[in-house]
Amino acid sequence: MISVNEQPLAWRENLSVSELLKICKYSFPLIIVKINGEIVAKSEYEKFMVPDGANVSVIHLMSGG
Amino acid sequence: MENKYSIEQIKSAHKILKEFTYVPKPVNKGYSGETLYVNLSTNEIKIKQVTERMKEIFIGGRGFGLWYLWNAVTEKTRWNDPENEIIISPGPIGGITQYPGAGKSLVVSLSPITGSAMDSNVGGYFGPYMKFSGFDAVEIQGKAPKDVVVFIDGDNGRITIEEAPLEDTNSHIVCEQLTELYAKDEADRLHVATVASGKAADHTLIGHLNFSFYDKRRKGTRLKQAGRGGIGTVFRDKKIKGLVVRTTNITGTSNNPADQALLNKTGIKLHKEIRRNDDKQCHMRTQGTAHLVEIMSDYDLLPVNNFKFGSHEKARQMASWVWGQKFTQGIPDGCWFGCTMACAKAVDGFELKTGPYKGDKVIVDGPEYETVAGVGSCCGIFEPDAVVELNFYCDTYGVDTISFGTLTAFAMECFENKVITEKETGGLKLNFGNHEAALELLHQMARGEGFGKIAGMGVRRMKEYFVKNYNADPKFLQDIGMECKGLEYSQYVSKESLAQQGGYALTNKGPQHDEAWLIFMDMVNNHIPTFENKAEALHYFPLFRTWFGLNGLCKLPWNDVEPEDNPKTDEPAKVPEHVQNYVDLFNGVTGKKIDKKELIRMSERVYNFQRVFNLKMGFGTREHDIPPYRSVGPVTCEEYESRKDRYDKQLKEKAGIDPAGLSTEEKVKKMREYREKQYQLLVDAVYKRRGWNEKGIPKLETLKDLSIDFEDVVKIVKSKM
Repeated sequence: MISVNEQPLAWRENLSVSELLKICKYSFPLIIVKINGEIVAKSEYEKFMVPDGANVSVIHLMSGG
Repeated sequence: MENKYSIEQIKSAHKILKEFTYVPKPVNKGYSGETLYVNLSTNEIKIKQVTERMKEIFIGGRGFGLWYLWNAVTEKTRWNDPENEIIISPGPIGGITQYPGAGKSLVVSLSPITGSAMDSNVGGYFGPYMKFSGFDAVEIQGKAPKDVVVFIDGDNGRITIEEAPLEDTNSHIVCEQLTELYAKDEADRLHVATVASGKAADHTLIGHLNFSFYDKRRKGTRLKQAGRGGIGTVFRDKKIKGLVVRTTNITGTSNNPADQALLNKTGIKLHKEIRRNDDKQCHMRTQGTAHLVEIMSDYDLLPVNNFKFGSHEKARQMASWVWGQKFTQGIPDGCWFGCTMACAKAVDGFELKTGPYKGDKVIVDGPEYETVAGVGSCCGIFEPDAVVELNFYCDTYGVDTISFGTLTAFAMECFENKVITEKETGGLKLNFGNHEAALELLHQMARGEGFGKIAGMGVRRMKEYFVKNYNADPKFLQDIGMECKGLEYSQYVSKESLAQQGGYALTNKGPQHDEAWLIFMDMVNNHIPTFENKAEALHYFPLFRTWFGLNGLCKLPWNDVEPEDNPKTDEPAKVPEHVQNYVDLFNGVTGKKIDKKELIRMSERVYNFQRVFNLKMGFGTREHDIPPYRSVGPVTCEEYESRKDRYDKQLKEKAGIDPAGLSTEEKVKKMREYREKQYQLLVDAVYKRRGWNEKGIPKLETLKDLSIDFEDVVKIVKSKM
């Protein structure tokens, strides 16, 4: 199990950041991903694997018209 | 398209009612130091001086507008009284060309739909051209007996009020006509900017203003809208066909800033950032704000069927890539010079399928996100061409697309619930998704006939009308009628974000997202969990965004692009580097030395003054800050069932109510009790943070601290406590 923005989510093997964003339907482009407090660079989303028990923050910056 | 009259005929029909000459004062550090007053009842034209005190307290733009309006009206003045004014002001930064999004005008007037002060921001060239013609603001008071044009000739220092009987009223025609009429030749059209409305503004309360800019690449006049609050209706009530300004004084230094080098440096930094990052971030240069459509649907925030739902499988028919294909690409589409964000997209050569211009091929400005969601998904319409056609006719008829979308969606829900039937709509089948009916409703508004005339009164008056004439259930209509303070909601579903419920209903002018958009911060990030956290956000962000309106700036370059290292900053949601850019721009233009705290304080003065303005007009207290329940939670069992798992979980975990064994009706009731109580607790926290009492009235010490404890302000506040 991992926590994403304070909400529990089932963990699985080989869960990349990209995959996690797809599962959560987080399609907004201006986001910051932190795993256990460390920022993951956008260029790493495909290969960075989310560890079990991770505390994930997906911070959406505001937008709106 | 062919105009009914030639430019020569239109010109020869003009009769000059008043001529006024002046010596245009050059702008110094963002201000000309003078404003223009025009009275259409008496044909008086005069110049007023801008005092240092006025600049210090009200800054410009929305601040100047509110101050002039405050002095023009009494608590008894109504929108269609001659005393009401329309004030247009760009603010001190407005008109610089070094930084993206710096050509905005702010328009202020007493609103026909709210009864109080309304502010609306708009692009186009009029505001900056007016300033470079010598005026920090124009105030228009009085009412002309016949249609007029007011012309400011900034090159020759001449202002005229002219009878204008032959011009069209609809904006896509009249703005072209006036541009051609007042330009010396085709190349000179770039130096002419106009303001107009349209035929529907004659018959509805939701009229908007179009501000033009001449697009030399398309060789046509483009339109940007001051959409909110019915100021176009006030404009037409004053019998104005158009405002026109012409000046050739348009250079990168016309604003005569204190520190040009600082502006250049700050601007170049952002231009580079946009060029590097926009294609990876929000795609503003290719899709404009329409890039948000599928994102809002993904996050359950896209209004569908009068805000009942937040997403729809057909939303992808109107997704960003669809608009990217419809918009003409490769043309720099800024609504002011120097804007590399260039989000003023257009559909070119669009062939109209309905209405008086059927068969014409036209330029359609937009659609922007709010329009796609408003006249589209909120009405259950997912056909892009129908959205473009509705967008075009709303613009040219002078109708706010946001209010039109929200009120049409309300009428559709009433129709589907048999509150109204074809008998009342005159045969219009107003089912969700019926774009032909929505278009016909719009054409009726322009003709001033049928159900269009009733719908054009706006949601609040429709509710009253349906209750009085059709025996409708007032409670149900109150729940589903998406208005607060009389203004229709803009296009985001706020049900799952308590902060955004406040972001909408705790606004000064009514539920418009330009004060605060906190949904991600609250609902998705869970970054502001406590009432105090939410109240802090509802203090900072409305004030930060108010500042754009004081200075003639667009909000979009603030956070629709961001520096690469923004994630590493302490407060990434504020985009600290861009906040510093704005501090530098203000200091660079005016020569003052503000910091980011003073920036907020500047807004706080004007914001609280506007709250007191609401009090003056009989509003501004707690009961006017209560949203319709559709904005807070599920009104119907259908809505509850659509998010059953989420709502059941919330009942159990947050409200401490076990949903097992409860009927959906009972759960809707329990949820409502819980959420309405939460909202009231939020209001308490926000009022406290803003320095207001429990009724929502600014405390005397707050006014004193902000140096706006003027005698008449204090008198009004004391009388309401």
